[in-house]
Amino acid sequence: MRHIIAVLLENEAGALSRVAGLFSARGYNIESLTVAPTDDPTLSRMTLVTTGNDDVVEQIKKQLNKLIDTVKLLDLSEGPHIEREMMMIKVRAERHDREELKRLTEIFRAKIIDVTDTSYVIELTGASKKLDAFIDAVPEGLIVEVVRSGPTGISRGDKGLTI
Amino acid sequence: MALSEAQLDGAEPERPERSGVELSGAEIVIQALADEGVEFVFGYPGGAVLHIYDALFRQESVKHILVRHEQGASHAADGYARATGKCGVCLVTSGPGATNAVTGIATAYMDSIPMVILTGQVPTPVIGSDAFQEVDTVGITRPCVKHNFLVKDVRDLAVTIRKAFYIAMSGRPGPVVVDIPKDVTDPNIKIPYDYPRDVKMRSYNPVLKGHPGQIRKAVDLILQAKRPVFYTGGGVVLGEASAQLTDFVRMTGFPVTSTLMGLGAYPMTDPQFIGMLGMHGTYEANMAMHETDVLIAIGARFDDRVTGKIEHFCPHAKIIHVDVDPSSISKNVKVHVPIVGQVANVLSDMIKLYRELAPRPDEHPVADWWSKIAEWRAVDCMRYDRNSTAIKPQFAVETLYKVTGGDLYLTSDVGQHQMFAAQFYPFDKPRRWINSGGLGTMGFGLPAAMGVQLAFPDAQVACISGEASILMCIQELATCLQYGLPVKVILLNNGYMGMVRQWQEFFYESRYSNSYVDALPDFVKLAESFGHVGMRVDQPADLEAAMTEAFAMKNRLVFMDVIVDPTENVYPMIAAGKGHHEMHLAPSLSDRELA
Repeated sequence: MRHIIAVLLENEAGALSRVAGLFSARGYNIESLTVAPTDDPTLSRMTLVTTGNDDVVEQIKKQLNKLIDTVKLLDLSEGPHIEREMMMIKVRAERHDREELKRLTEIFRAKIIDVTDTSYVIELTGASKKLDAFIDAVPEGLIVEVVRSGPTGISRGDKGLTI
Repeated sequence: MALSEAQLDGAEPERPERSGVELSGAEIVIQALADEGVEFVFGYPGGAVLHIYDALFRQESVKHILVRHEQGASHAADGYARATGKCGVCLVTSGPGATNAVTGIATAYMDSIPMVILTGQVPTPVIGSDAFQEVDTVGITRPCVKHNFLVKDVRDLAVTIRKAFYIAMSGRPGPVVVDIPKDVTDPNIKIPYDYPRDVKMRSYNPVLKGHPGQIRKAVDLILQAKRPVFYTGGGVVLGEASAQLTDFVRMTGFPVTSTLMGLGAYPMTDPQFIGMLGMHGTYEANMAMHETDVLIAIGARFDDRVTGKIEHFCPHAKIIHVDVDPSSISKNVKVHVPIVGQVANVLSDMIKLYRELAPRPDEHPVADWWSKIAEWRAVDCMRYDRNSTAIKPQFAVETLYKVTGGDLYLTSDVGQHQMFAAQFYPFDKPRRWINSGGLGTMGFGLPAAMGVQLAFPDAQVACISGEASILMCIQELATCLQYGLPVKVILLNNGYMGMVRQWQEFFYESRYSNSYVDALPDFVKLAESFGHVGMRVDQPADLEAAMTEAFAMKNRLVFMDVIVDPTENVYPMIAAGKGHHEMHLAPSLSDRELA
């Protein structure tokens, strides 16, 4: 089963490599990993997507908690939560394709953020599946480049993952 | 881990204050060690740590032990830590100094031994430039340390060293590396020194007490048990819980078995001790594991050498597991009552509750179970040929026990001799049996014995080894001479890498691929050339007198080259991937005797 785990880490050099190293050393799956400092510059927040049966995911959470740099951890998939991923996609946009791509952008509530005579860069935010759907919807052969941030997430309700 | 009551409550011990004094980074390193109460630093100098070595030269409080290879430094610090419960400390230079120490760091990590390893690093401006003797020490050691630090600013040095000791010693102990670039120890840059008394880390708060509800559940299970077994591990030794364990085991009247790492936490000569369990455990211990209905696992981690095939592990048991490390619980085997906490605290709470709840504490509640165990014991699974004309390794260990009166610190290398020692030397106290169980590091025994002997200069300290293992850190004989360490080396010399040979005999149709140690040195001359006493014994009748003579030489290292039967195997044995009930016994024991 897919799990999305949010981790608050000390914003120290090497913290990210401890997490990445843990996953490779113990043979855990890692689908995506995003990390950036929070409003508190001494803390980083990491969102990690992994898959495994309940026992494996339980071990992953224990091992993450065991890292000295880990301050707090929450398995977002255990409760109601919101997931968002950002994608920038560069497409070839010539002649009638330009109109088609603009329409698609509107349908998906995406934004065109760069334009040349022959290309667009489209920015799209949403659940990962929506991003997948957009990629599928782009007519064949037009995609030049795709960059995705990997999912980030936050729990619903008034409780927060804070220290 | 030797934690005082005050430390268990989270308070820090009294420390000398030297605030306000201006010190260089190098002086801060040494002063911090002194403030930690460090007696010995095991190390080897080199370019990146020269400032630190200069500061070391100009003081008296910390004694430096010069080893002959950095692996020896890390094993010696490890042996010191295992015997004393204090933190072992090493100091090595950058690059090869650090990489040589890695085997010892990994050894300590696998057995959860508290150590602080100070490694020199190239100066900060050249980090990453492939400078002379540069390696990414923090990167290399990351998977085999509890934590590591790179100190880039001299102002962070004292607090980082304090954190390193705190992390190494608390919770589940382990090695911590502090990587210190040369410019951070610059003797010309002095800052006010203030060693922090406490260290608070919001990201690190080890659990001390067990959850009362879980403890209640565990005691309820224990009170209903018909066929209970205590299964105890190295955590009981590390957690200083030997007294509590012994009390609780005696109070319940239950049988107790131990892992290789836990030996001595419960007196092995006591009738309630049913022997080591696992791959080379006793028949009675492994059969009891197979038949038990309530398994009480304390400070043990369900290692594959202990469990055998997981599907066959304790098939009838409800399992209680007490461990300070939550990630040890249900890692390999799913348990029914997990309890996270310091084993000493949890055991004390269990004892209290058991006393309150035990309906008839004086009556023997599991008499039927003991009669079953007595049947298994009667198999006498460790029987060997006592009439052999060659010295049997088992006989050598029994003789060692006799000669030392059971009062010995015994370090070991890795292989058959390690198993024979674990099987045939009954330790009655914790911290007496010192071996590399998790990583299985050949070469561990001799340097570890140095650390033990330094900690206890008047104690009998021996290193049991094989002719293959001993050569892996033989250079430390020179260190032993320099510091006058009268370790007794008991070399069980069978001319083979015995355990490799045994597996090749069993599982590779006796194709002894590269397990024969050809061209061995003359160990007597070798010992003598290092300035020690060498002895060779090849007759069973001569062994006791020779060992007595060796241990009578209180101030000399004696290297005993004991020529043993080259083809003796370690029994009982559970092949990898088999269950506890699928033991091989010695061929002389008829399989028909077994259930």
